[in-house]
Amino acid sequence: MTIPIEYYLALSAFMFLVGVTGVLIRRNAIVVFMSIELMLNSANLTLVAFSSYLGNSVGQIFVFFVMTVAAAEAAVGLAIIIALFRNKLTLNIDEINILKW
Amino acid sequence: MLNSLQDLYHIIPLLIVSGGILVSIIVEMYSKDSEKILFALSILVFGAAGLFSLYSVNNVSILFNGMLATGGNVNVFSFIFNIGAFIVTLLSADYIRKYGTYYGEYYIILQSSVLGMMLMAGAKDLFIIFIGLELMSISFYVLAGLNRKRYNANEASLKYFLLGAFATGFIVYGIGLIYGTAQTTSIDILTVRFPQLTGNLLFLAGVLLFLVGFTFKIAAFPFHMWVPDVYQGSPTVVAGLFSTGGKAAAFSAILVTLAALFNGNVGSLFTPYLIFVSALSMIYGSIVAISQDDIKRMLAYSSISHAGYLAIGLAAGNSEGTAGIIFYLAAYSFMNLGAFGIVALIEGENETNLSIASYAGLAKRNPALAALLSIFMFSLSGIPPFAGFFGKYYVFFAAIKSGLTWLALIGILSSVISVYFYLRIVVLMYFKDQGEEVIPSKSAMGMVGVVLSAILVVLLGVFPGSIINLISSFL
Repeated sequence: MTIPIEYYLALSAFMFLVGVTGVLIRRNAIVVFMSIELMLNSANLTLVAFSSYLGNSVGQIFVFFVMTVAAAEAAVGLAIIIALFRNKLTLNIDEINILKW
Repeated sequence: MLNSLQDLYHIIPLLIVSGGILVSIIVEMYSKDSEKILFALSILVFGAAGLFSLYSVNNVSILFNGMLATGGNVNVFSFIFNIGAFIVTLLSADYIRKYGTYYGEYYIILQSSVLGMMLMAGAKDLFIIFIGLELMSISFYVLAGLNRKRYNANEASLKYFLLGAFATGFIVYGIGLIYGTAQTTSIDILTVRFPQLTGNLLFLAGVLLFLVGFTFKIAAFPFHMWVPDVYQGSPTVVAGLFSTGGKAAAFSAILVTLAALFNGNVGSLFTPYLIFVSALSMIYGSIVAISQDDIKRMLAYSSISHAGYLAIGLAAGNSEGTAGIIFYLAAYSFMNLGAFGIVALIEGENETNLSIASYAGLAKRNPALAALLSIFMFSLSGIPPFAGFFGKYYVFFAAIKSGLTWLALIGILSSVISVYFYLRIVVLMYFKDQGEEVIPSKSAMGMVGVVLSAILVVLLGVFPGSIINLISSFL
């Protein structure tokens, strides 16, 4: 018995919303970044679910691209966070606010 | 096999830039004098790729099993990106030293961001849009925080990174939903299947998420929060690239996908969203720019309002609108790069002299710079005969033609507001005595870059008709 596609879509939509909520309400730069990764992974789940449902491999190939890009983004993002932490010794994005109107 | 070889001829601009990146990495590894070599190499790469794009503008073709388009407006965009990056490279020559240490990555990452932009403009598949977008964005995050010892740059790059990656999440999820419902990622097939999909809510949600993600990237109203902070914290020349190349590339990708939407006549479904984005960006950008004292923040808010003017062309949704957007992007890229270039020349060590007051009495000390900056300010505010006026004219004309006269009126109103803060600088330069002694740095390369952008702005303003005809002939 196969699991209906709707279940996958509901799960990925839920993951996406958790990610968006995390970005909007969490204050630690690393947790915000983790929430963004969650959003990307929910997109991956959507792509894989559709790919298997449609019997079309394009979605699965796309997932590899998304994962590669997410890895590159993680490398750059963590480097940026470390560079900031060295200068300011905080990761709270409410305290990172010198540039203001 | 022969077919692929001919494909290679069509992608020569892409190959030049990719080759430039690889050679630059090797040079940077082995040469002690890499700063000068990489500068020369970047000039060569951008110049060659830009000129070749212009030369082969009539070779319209679709390559690699319908993944990538070249020729036509793709090459027009490629010309804008490469010549823009050419000007940025010229401006960087002396600026990077003044701003802080030179890092070897600078020119390499500049080239890879341009490669990403070119891929976005040529995309015929959501794959390529995604890869190009990320290549450009990740390079931009690094460029924003290039000087890792400087706190402002760290902060700008963190904000850019977090919000940019957030937007990428929306775009990828949107692509996932589009793929699932349309069963393809190819834009041409999407166009064919479009009429059957207009009632599919999942599909429409996907397109909306995709558009929301790109609204971040073009720096338009509801998602503009990052723009002023990022421009202020980044190196000035790099901020010039964000506001021109980055915006033009995001618009090119939106045009590529919306072409599919408008052919299927679903444009009208998203027109309310585009109108909302465009009207509020124009008004918000123009009004908030008035209260800015920092010239980079002022240019950032001006860039938000220009995103609004450009989005009018999207909301109009006809071929005049598309041609208008492309012309406007060319005009905007060169006038804004020129303005940022002059800001970079005036800027002192350690990011000083960035307030608007530093421009008081500039005309007496340096008449040439003051005259050039006046050209850019007149052009940005849309005063004829400069390029900015014709850009706005074509976009407003497209809006009126598709019945959005009131949106064009909002645009005109917001242009009138914007005249105040653009011309305030001109007035300060010519009619105020100098407060503090601000000496622009001597940079022959920087001057060449600024003069080149001025020439392009004037040329686009003198021959708008022939250029818009060229662009329209490819639509």
